[in-house]
Amino acid sequence: MDTVANNQSAAKPDGKDTTLIYRQSRWTRLTHWIWALSLFFMLLSGLQIFNARPQLYIGKQSGFEFHNTILQIGAENTANGPRGFTEILGHRFDTTGVLGWSGPLGQETQRAFPSWLTIPSYYDLGTARVVHFFFAWVLSATLLIWLVAGLINGHIRRDLAPRMSDLRKLPRDIVDHAKLKFHHTREYNTLQKMAYGGVLFVLLPLMIVTGLAMSPSMDSVLPWLNEILGGRQTARTIHFTIMLLLVGFFIIHILMILAAGPINELRSIITGWYRTDLPAKHDEPAERNV
Amino acid sequence: MAKFQITRRKFLTASSLGLSGIALSGCDAFDSSLGIGGGLRSFLENANGLTYRAQRLLAGRDALAPEFTEADIRQPQRPNGVTAPDDDTYKGLLANNFADWRLEVTGLVEKPLSLSREQLQNMPSRTQITRHDCVEGWSCIAKWTGTPLSLVLDQAVVKPEARYVMFHCLDTIEQSLSGDIKYYGTIDLIDARHPQTILAYGLNGKPLPVENGAPLRVRVERQLGYKMPKYLYKIELVDGFANVGGGRGGYWEDNGYDWYGGI
Repeated sequence: MDTVANNQSAAKPDGKDTTLIYRQSRWTRLTHWIWALSLFFMLLSGLQIFNARPQLYIGKQSGFEFHNTILQIGAENTANGPRGFTEILGHRFDTTGVLGWSGPLGQETQRAFPSWLTIPSYYDLGTARVVHFFFAWVLSATLLIWLVAGLINGHIRRDLAPRMSDLRKLPRDIVDHAKLKFHHTREYNTLQKMAYGGVLFVLLPLMIVTGLAMSPSMDSVLPWLNEILGGRQTARTIHFTIMLLLVGFFIIHILMILAAGPINELRSIITGWYRTDLPAKHDEPAERNV
Repeated sequence: MAKFQITRRKFLTASSLGLSGIALSGCDAFDSSLGIGGGLRSFLENANGLTYRAQRLLAGRDALAPEFTEADIRQPQRPNGVTAPDDDTYKGLLANNFADWRLEVTGLVEKPLSLSREQLQNMPSRTQITRHDCVEGWSCIAKWTGTPLSLVLDQAVVKPEARYVMFHCLDTIEQSLSGDIKYYGTIDLIDARHPQTILAYGLNGKPLPVENGAPLRVRVERQLGYKMPKYLYKIELVDGFANVGGGRGGYWEDNGYDWYGGI
């Protein structure tokens, strides 16, 4: 027995007791990359769709003769020429060049999100809807496949389900992250569980639900949905807010990968193999190979 | 610690470089392959057919769009698209308060009809307070009164080979080199016979104003606003729409919107 273990350790060129473990199943890896692709296209086509009506409201309808607008991106003429602005809950910010008024120098136009953030780059609501709904199907189907696979192979229970010990580890985990001090283990740390679980079980399902709530046909099937959410325009506002949270998740996700060791992290989500800090038990790879 | 750990300074440099790389990449890379008729576009459009079938399966024929109360009517119905047709025919009819206007019901029917406004208003009517959802993203709640389209179809007796109802409109929506393009649109017979699908002549208790489609517009409450043509003058029962306009079933559809506007 020991011979096998020793042989494995000796096989490591650096001679240290770190070792590679099989961390991510093929289901996790495949669904991860399909989500990444889908969310990329859904974000950029979604911003194009938003540009058709760059205002967010609270309630059942949009206030044209009354006030229920909580966010607006637009352009206005000033003494210094046209300026772009973003108004959030009555607070107005000058966002010329990015939001409201943007484009190549001398060819700026009025548009909420700039052309480098939309698909297509020019204004085309119809095409953006085609792209958005195609990837909405891909994203939803992938989420369903992941859920079934994750329940069957134990990924959700073993890796994502929070435990009491996670709560105990939380303060230390926050300090470690703040210091960019990362532990490379088979298990996700508490903040990772919260982030991944939050995206997969809260944000993405809410995104799908608020998306469906905006569909007039789905409204006839699930009329209570908009009542729970506070009306179709509130559903649209929630949909937009979740987008911001997902973008925030993406940015932190990328920063953490860069900080924790991008090659090791990328290898684990491409090949499944991950180098841990501590030696893995020799029965681990077989046990985890599901 | 792992071999690939980096210092805080390197980390900040790398991450800011990564973020600016994303910002510089731009999104015009996909523009050329997304035009109508393009291979990629046509492939992605398959999802619309899937949405149509899924929603028809879930909603069935008669699931009703939510209806609201008088208290929810908080503003005039917001007009969109053409709000004052510049067509001579339309202006002539308007000058006479639509006394000479007729709704033609033609195509694949046993008994073609020509109905005056009075004839339509003398038929049983339906009044509903519903939410108008524009494809752009806004919504507006209003009270609509009109003749159920199913009653008109029954009177005309639809032939079995008919599959769609095509709405012809009086307003010119676009002037092109090949001539003026009038607004038109199509819905299937399931939506045409839906209890809330009405030919509306009343809005918020008053006659339908010009900006909202006088003298007659259609309400298709389970779809978006572009599927509800205004300024109607002809309803044609057809078995397809490939030979009309751009062949995609409506003015906005010819310009890239999905034929099915239920989402």
